Amino acid sequence: MAPSPIVAIGASHASVQLATSLRQAGYSGDIVIVGAEPHLPYNRPPLSKTLLTQQISFDKTLLRQQSFYGKHNIQLKLGARVKSISRECSQVTLDSGETISYSKLVIATGADPIVLNLPGEQLEGIGYLRNYDDTQSLMPYIKEGKSAVVVGGGYIGLETAAALCKAGMVVTVLEGMERVLQRVTSPEISAFYTKAHVTRGVNIVTNAQAIEFVGRHRVEAVKCSNGESYPADMVVIGVGVRPNTALATDAGLNVDNGINIDEFGRTNDPDIFAIGDCTNFPCHFTNTRIRLESVPNAVEQAKSAAAYICGKELPYQALPWFWSDQYDLKLQIAGINTGFDDIVILGNMEDEQVSAWYFAGDRLLAVDAINSTKDFIKAKQLLSEGQSISKQALKQQ
Amino acid sequence: MIKIRIIDPDGNEYETQTDVGGNLMTVATDNLIPGIDAECGGACSCATCHVYINDPKQLQLLGEKSDVEHMLLDYLDTKRENSRLACQVNLTDKQDGLVVHVAPQT
Ligand SMILES: Cc1cc2nc3c(=O)[nH]c(=O)nc-3n(C[C@H](O)[C@H](O)[C@H](O)COP(=O)(O)OP(=O)(O)OC[C@H]3O[C@@H](n4cnc5c(N)ncnc54)[C@H](O)[C@@H]3O)c2cc1C
Ligand code: FES
Repeated sequence: MAPSPIVAIGASHASVQLATSLRQAGYSGDIVIVGAEPHLPYNRPPLSKTLLTQQISFDKTLLRQQSFYGKHNIQLKLGARVKSISRECSQVTLDSGETISYSKLVIATGADPIVLNLPGEQLEGIGYLRNYDDTQSLMPYIKEGKSAVVVGGGYIGLETAAALCKAGMVVTVLEGMERVLQRVTSPEISAFYTKAHVTRGVNIVTNAQAIEFVGRHRVEAVKCSNGESYPADMVVIGVGVRPNTALATDAGLNVDNGINIDEFGRTNDPDIFAIGDCTNFPCHFTNTRIRLESVPNAVEQAKSAAAYICGKELPYQALPWFWSDQYDLKLQIAGINTGFDDIVILGNMEDEQVSAWYFAGDRLLAVDAINSTKDFIKAKQLLSEGQSISKQALKQQ
Repeated sequence: MIKIRIIDPDGNEYETQTDVGGNLMTVATDNLIPGIDAECGGACSCATCHVYINDPKQLQLLGEKSDVEHMLLDYLDTKRENSRLACQVNLTDKQDGLVVHVAPQT
């Protein structure tokens, strides 16, 4: 009997890289990727940037061409959801009842949006933004001159606001906290983005929690904790995500704000790995366990897991980095700024060319670079090599 | 169909065939070429699709780099005069026979 395939759950950034790395390493056994979405695996970042407003076609966002999978003997089972994992039998069961045995199992189930469950949320014109299908249901409501409310001022919310504004909509962002991007960046950079949006005509309201959606069939307004009501022909909600860990929990794997893995992607079952947005891992740079929602993170974890499965140790030690595109503002982030106590700002806020260098004591932690690719590359190199730079030297540049 | 030869950082050679109209990054990822991670999916943000085009004539045929591509390449340690980001290289009939060297990863 042929050995069982390597099975990956979830057909997206993490598992496509896994399959790629397995084949590059010479693994010639079967690979099966089971994905709940009906589409060929695609790039998720464009959803809130260019895809929502149809500046690019879906074809252009595919992670690989269709022919790739056949050519490299990677079996895709799309539109199929894994219902349960049986560790005793080393097999997964799909919604359809079909079972697939595995030699190694890789969980790459990603994350799903946190659902608000507010009154009126079932009204037409309200949506979340995680999948290609989400953009399809929102698209009919994107019309020049109409009003849009974006609930949540994180990166995805702000990118969506920028895209809708560019499409000619009248956009309001409702952020529940004191400032946009509060969880991820400094007050200085939050202020920069607030100004950038306001200058371009987006209304940003902070300390404002959505409490109810109002309308007959279609949404017409969003009621807010500050007593105001904001007109809305459409609403996009982006208030964060939760890792998809239910399968792992049910199978008795260790889960704590993400599936617990080590630097090789291993869970507490030697035959089961987890990679990407669904994981919680020991970060080489912060020396803590963290969970990240980023493509580079999914790609690097996939490489480590694939290497380990092929008998090679390649611990995940790559520097976390991230990007966000809003209007003509290209943000690139190197490192993780958690715990910073000082910040050095270079460049010019007015010219919209700035970088924020985050320090803990004398140690450089991270850099947010806006239209400052040079600073991003420099910081990425320094941080990757475990080096710092003195604040003095920076300020003299 | 055009033919493109890609040489990875370890010197392994790959003969690939592709339709015109796509970009060079896609050809590399579809052919499992090591060293092209294309993490940003072609958004010109990551520089994980860095290649060299050694033949000056072929390099010229690819046209000018955009400002963003310039910026991203300019500060890489591994940058050379003949550097390009594969995701920004669109393929036409003129690229038949193109020879591409993948840059080492930094
Ligand atoms: C709008 C938006 C913009 C973004 N922008 C950026 C950006 O600019 N830069 C960046 O680095 N990152 C960005 N991200 C984050 C990035 O997309 C994720 O980090 C990345 O997609 C993670 O990949 P993954 O493979 O781990 O999981 P996902 O991409 O979430 O894929 C998981 C897949 O698993 C499937 N699945 C779940 N459960 C099951 C099951 N039981 N059976 C079968 N299939 C299942 C899901 O349907 C999904 O298709 C963005 C995300 C969104 C939503
Ligand atoms: S794929 Fe990211 S710059 Fe080319």
